[in-house]
Amino acid sequence: MDAAIFLYLMGALFLGWSLGANDAANVFGTAVGTRMVRFTVAAAVCSVFVILGAVISGAGTAQTLGKLGAVNAVPGAGMAALTAAVTVYWMTKLGLPVSTSQAIVGSIIGWNLFTGSPTDTTSLIKILSTWVACPLLAGLIGAFLYKLTVAFVGWAKLHLFRLDAYTRLALILAGAFGSYALGANNIANVVGVFLPANPFTTFGAEGGFSFTATEQLFLLGGIAIAVGVFTYSKRVMLTVGADLVPLSPIGAWVVVVAHSIVLFLFASQYLEHLLARSGLPTIPLVPVSSSQAVVGAVIGIGLLRSAKGIQWPVLGKIASGWVVTPLISGLLCFVGLFFLQNVFNQTVFRDFPYLVSSNAVERLDAQGIDTNSLSELQGIRFSGLSEFKLALSNTDGIEPANVTKIVEAARINPIAIEATKLDVLKRTSLSTAQQRAVRRLAGRSFLHRWMLDEALAMESEAWRSKPLTTANKLYNRRLEDKRRELYWILAKDSGN
Amino acid sequence: MALQLFGRTRNLERQVDEFLDVLADSALTFRNAIDTYLKAGPLEKFGEKVEQIVELEARGDHLTNSVELEMYRETLIPDARGDVLSLLESLDAIINAFKGVLWYFATETPNIPDDLKPQYAELSELTCSGVESLVVAARSFFRDPPSVKDHLHKVRYHEKEADKLVTSLRRDIFSRDLQLAEKIHLRFFAERIVWISDMAEDVADDLAIYAIKRNL
Repeated sequence: MDAAIFLYLMGALFLGWSLGANDAANVFGTAVGTRMVRFTVAAAVCSVFVILGAVISGAGTAQTLGKLGAVNAVPGAGMAALTAAVTVYWMTKLGLPVSTSQAIVGSIIGWNLFTGSPTDTTSLIKILSTWVACPLLAGLIGAFLYKLTVAFVGWAKLHLFRLDAYTRLALILAGAFGSYALGANNIANVVGVFLPANPFTTFGAEGGFSFTATEQLFLLGGIAIAVGVFTYSKRVMLTVGADLVPLSPIGAWVVVVAHSIVLFLFASQYLEHLLARSGLPTIPLVPVSSSQAVVGAVIGIGLLRSAKGIQWPVLGKIASGWVVTPLISGLLCFVGLFFLQNVFNQTVFRDFPYLVSSNAVERLDAQGIDTNSLSELQGIRFSGLSEFKLALSNTDGIEPANVTKIVEAARINPIAIEATKLDVLKRTSLSTAQQRAVRRLAGRSFLHRWMLDEALAMESEAWRSKPLTTANKLYNRRLEDKRRELYWILAKDSGN
Repeated sequence: MALQLFGRTRNLERQVDEFLDVLADSALTFRNAIDTYLKAGPLEKFGEKVEQIVELEARGDHLTNSVELEMYRETLIPDARGDVLSLLESLDAIINAFKGVLWYFATETPNIPDDLKPQYAELSELTCSGVESLVVAARSFFRDPPSVKDHLHKVRYHEKEADKLVTSLRRDIFSRDLQLAEKIHLRFFAERIVWISDMAEDVADDLAIYAIKRNL
């Protein structure tokens, strides 16, 4: 493994650290600030559950970020993470509300702009709309839970001291849940940009325990968050506890639970699967801002008491965060990439050659795309994305909506399956059927990556995607992870 | 950790309940002691009551100290700690006042005319009833804050009645053919008793606010 990779990973670890320092305060801030829970207890619980959440449930939101833009070279990913981290740190120092999600989205778009890669507008709109939905949802859940809790406490008539003890325990449990949700929802922000350029390899025993490359990356990010919690979050926690609207410990508990539920809703692949299977609409899996979830919940509870309780300046600050944070980090990332590429001669973007091969034309035909206009480009090898896109835009009769599909079909990414190097398969998380299918393809090589996908699907059911319904989403996403793992092994062993 | 937390909680609950029992017992003892004094004067039986209230007062002091220390050492109920602390302190002051008044009776042995005795008895009855309502209100504060105000209403009612009674008693005393020193002495004891009623009412006013604060 290239040692330089760790240098670039530092950017992500810095981001993880600042996430731990800031967002942990959202989970345990009110508990520690009101002295209901000791800092050491809060930090220990938070660290453990952030790491668990990241490793076990972190994959869902990472997919959405990955779709927004595939930062595919490690130095580029490092710069994206670093500039997001600098933005978060800087804005925190200035006392402005900051969201790690918004910073990283800004950085990815900055990378897209710099490298001329397309920004997936569907994913972008999905992300932007959840930023608005997240505080609203947190407010609704907070108000509802508050009503429910107050009614319960009134009914149970617990002694003041017993209520205090239960509240402490509940705050720790809610904090653990909140930390898990934070890890699951936000780990993608920390190391998600490294997924397409993951330096780790999967290991594990066949049919038994396996520890995927993604999980290792998430573990590292989780540890960075935990370090942030231990080293820097105490100050922030005490400020949050004292600065937010004065809340009773029970109010504090409601805020933490509402925040955690919202983060969990936007992170759980299982929940999405469950909703889809029951024919219900699903919730997009998107990294959302935990600070905004907390503010949303606090405002929700405040509204219950009196409509005058709306803090317009706070709302204004949140809304300004939606605009300012991504702008700053996007700009920083753009400038940073410029220096990294031109001053330090680092690859910030892995370009591919493009060729409209006869296979590619066949595939596009099958997708119902008119390929007649492509005939003049057929057989010409383009050295990079920008050159290919320029040629496409100069060709008449190509609908802009089809450009992404054409680019995907024409990307050259040769993969050879060499029989002698398939022993490593045993150490991957691929199923036996999947491994067998790969072995049957030994000796063959593929010009385009999608050709390998098709060949594998022909070989085995285990490599076939299911029809695109929401209920199948989880299955297809997992399969996509396996494919990525396979590409990684094959590319590595063929010296690519 | 959780078990330890709940063990400590149970212990504190027990101590607070016991403290409120001590306050209620003090009121009962006070009423008994005044009745005994009015019927038989400062005899041995009255002395026993005074000793009893001295013990209750010591126990009350011990319990408040222990609860307060525990609350602060373990940083319990951070939002209501100040309120609970001043509530316990002022309730403890009522026990001290009961003891103080009985002590005055024991040391100064006022000579109460027979026809005034029923009024003194009623004054003590009103005062003790007020304090007993306060004990119920304080118990509710810990378990069921919304119901506190119902009990506080009774505390205020008893205080008003005691006030009226002490005014008419004062008039009665000063219209009598007695030495000024005797009149002042009689008034002093009536006022000492009604002073406890006033204390109870002050605590009731504070308790009303603490209860509102606890109504989440």
